[in-house]
Amino acid sequence: MTEEIRQIIADHGRLSVDATSLAPDTDLYLAGMTSHASVNVMLALEDHFDVEFPDSMLKRSVFESIAAIEAALGQLHADSPVS
Amino acid sequence: MARRIGIDLVSVNAVRESISQHGDRYLKRFYTEDELDDCDTGDGLVLSRLAARFAAKEAFLKVLRPGDEAISWRSVGVVRHGPGSVSLELSGRTAELASEAGLHDLELSICHESDYASAVVIAEVDLRNAGDDPMMGP
Repeated sequence: MTEEIRQIIADHGRLSVDATSLAPDTDLYLAGMTSHASVNVMLALEDHFDVEFPDSMLKRSVFESIAAIEAALGQLHADSPVS
Repeated sequence: MARRIGIDLVSVNAVRESISQHGDRYLKRFYTEDELDDCDTGDGLVLSRLAARFAAKEAFLKVLRPGDEAISWRSVGVVRHGPGSVSLELSGRTAELASEAGLHDLELSICHESDYASAVVIAEVDLRNAGDDPMMGP
């Protein structure tokens, strides 16, 4: 999952650094991701992982790093297990 | 009494790409119906106007300083009153947070060119309601 998230960030995050160089805990906002780019990352994550981020998860910490995104996706999948 | 100011800049091309990639999901998730109506000239959406509205939402968040509170983008709406006249309309939890922070008399200005759009938000802050804000001081 980590590499899939990294690729989505590379495609949609408009970072000022090479996304392949990101550590799991690299702050994506400090790496150049704007709020508008974070919106695109979120929508692309929803498409790819077939989830929907509820309004309660629309906060900075959820999208601030690859690790944070992975944790959020894990929470979404746990809340909506595949039947 | 103190003031806070927030500013943001959004690339019109970024909005264009978002619509191209995500279509209505992008539009309906982040803009109010009134905002979409205001940006629609009848010949389609004016992307620079959309970018200005997104910039306004982000500029407001810089004034609100919500920390890690969840904020719905649609709870921060731009209302157009006429040529050159816009204001912010807050709803739900975002309106509560603004009240709790002592924000009032919010003023908004937006502008857009073909490539970029910008917004500035200024608010008065009631110090009596800002006791927990380390930025405000005693």
